[in-house]
Amino acid sequence: MATETHEAVGEGLADATGVAAHGADAAPGMPQLDFSTFSNQIFWLLVTLVVIYFVLSRIALPRIAAVLAERQGAITNDLTAAEDLKRQAVEAEEAYNKALADARAEAQKIVAEAKGEIQAELDVQIAKADAEIAAKAAESEKAIAEIRATAMQNVEIVAKDTAAEIVRALGGKADTATVEAAVNSRIKG
Amino acid sequence: MATEAHGEEGGLVFHPMDQFIVKPLFGDGGVGMFTITNVTLWMALAVLAIVGLMVLATSRRGVIPSRGQSIAELAYGFVYKMVEDVAGKDGVKFFPYIMTLFMFIVTANFLGLLPLAFTTTSHFAVTGVLALLVFFTVTIVGFVKHGTKFLGLFWVSSAPLALRPILAIIEVISYFVRPVSHSIRLGGNLMAGHAVVKVFAGFAAIAVVSPLSVVAITAMYGLELLVAFIQAYVFTILTCVYLKDALHPSH
Repeated sequence: MATETHEAVGEGLADATGVAAHGADAAPGMPQLDFSTFSNQIFWLLVTLVVIYFVLSRIALPRIAAVLAERQGAITNDLTAAEDLKRQAVEAEEAYNKALADARAEAQKIVAEAKGEIQAELDVQIAKADAEIAAKAAESEKAIAEIRATAMQNVEIVAKDTAAEIVRALGGKADTATVEAAVNSRIKG
Repeated sequence: MATEAHGEEGGLVFHPMDQFIVKPLFGDGGVGMFTITNVTLWMALAVLAIVGLMVLATSRRGVIPSRGQSIAELAYGFVYKMVEDVAGKDGVKFFPYIMTLFMFIVTANFLGLLPLAFTTTSHFAVTGVLALLVFFTVTIVGFVKHGTKFLGLFWVSSAPLALRPILAIIEVISYFVRPVSHSIRLGGNLMAGHAVVKVFAGFAAIAVVSPLSVVAITAMYGLELLVAFIQAYVFTILTCVYLKDALHPSH
């Protein structure tokens, strides 16, 4: 190692002193300017470039282009499908709202109908009940009138009897016709 | 160990450029055209990394991507969008070519940041060839698509007539300087960054400075991670810009 180092020192000095003094040697100051290696580098560079070119243009680039196109297609399809589904959802919502409104209207109609029917029946029943009540009231009034008449009659009879008895008890002689006339005039008066 | 000991005794020793030396992997011979060198190794590793990311990671072809597939798709989308935005719709047919450049540069840059790695893209031979490939492609495409009308690129019709010849000369020079700047920007950035890290590492031989040196290396490493990506990005986007000039030469 030590000897190599010494040699390297020599080269380093050569670097410092300049390329020109050292140019034609095997290891010049700048290996980039060592023209003896150019043909080698150029040859291998061209080989490399040709290989890379064929690998890229035959295999890699068409493949990547296909993958990218496929992905773009998939994305476009998915977007279209999503758009479609969204539209369907909107339609479904509209249909739902319409069905809801219809059902509500129907329900209101049914309610109104039912109300009407009930009202009609109620009216009929009320009328019937009123009529019955009126009939019963008339009947009752008649009965009351009868009872009242009977009672008046009874009162008259009792009064006449009572008057006759009172007259008799006072020692008088009860004249039926006179008593009746007196009682009648009293009741009327 | 001997190096460190020697460094403390006899002053600092820096070998910032040793990491860039091209050497054969097997044996000690010279570097011929077809010699298997460390360049071969690290380019092969770059190819393997690209195959792993772009082919193996995407083998499931998942509509819901795995982590690896996500990265591959990200890289694809990144470069594809860049080509489409900068070079235009008709630039898309050059996409595999530009993707190749980007993937190679970005992979080689990041592999080069591994300790003990050889950075292939720090060599002007490599970046120069990459830049010249772009230069020739762009020039040939320009002339094939537009014929002599492509030369209209150098004739700034929006400028006053008297200025146009001067501008044409400047435009021509700038056109031919493109591959130079294109390649030196990439190679120079990487070489400089790696060399700076090595210099800081050399300072670590002094016990007193070494904590600071470690902090500096860490900071530089973070910066180099950024540079590795940004330089690949810059190289690629400039390629797209040049391509746009070839496809739509009118200013």
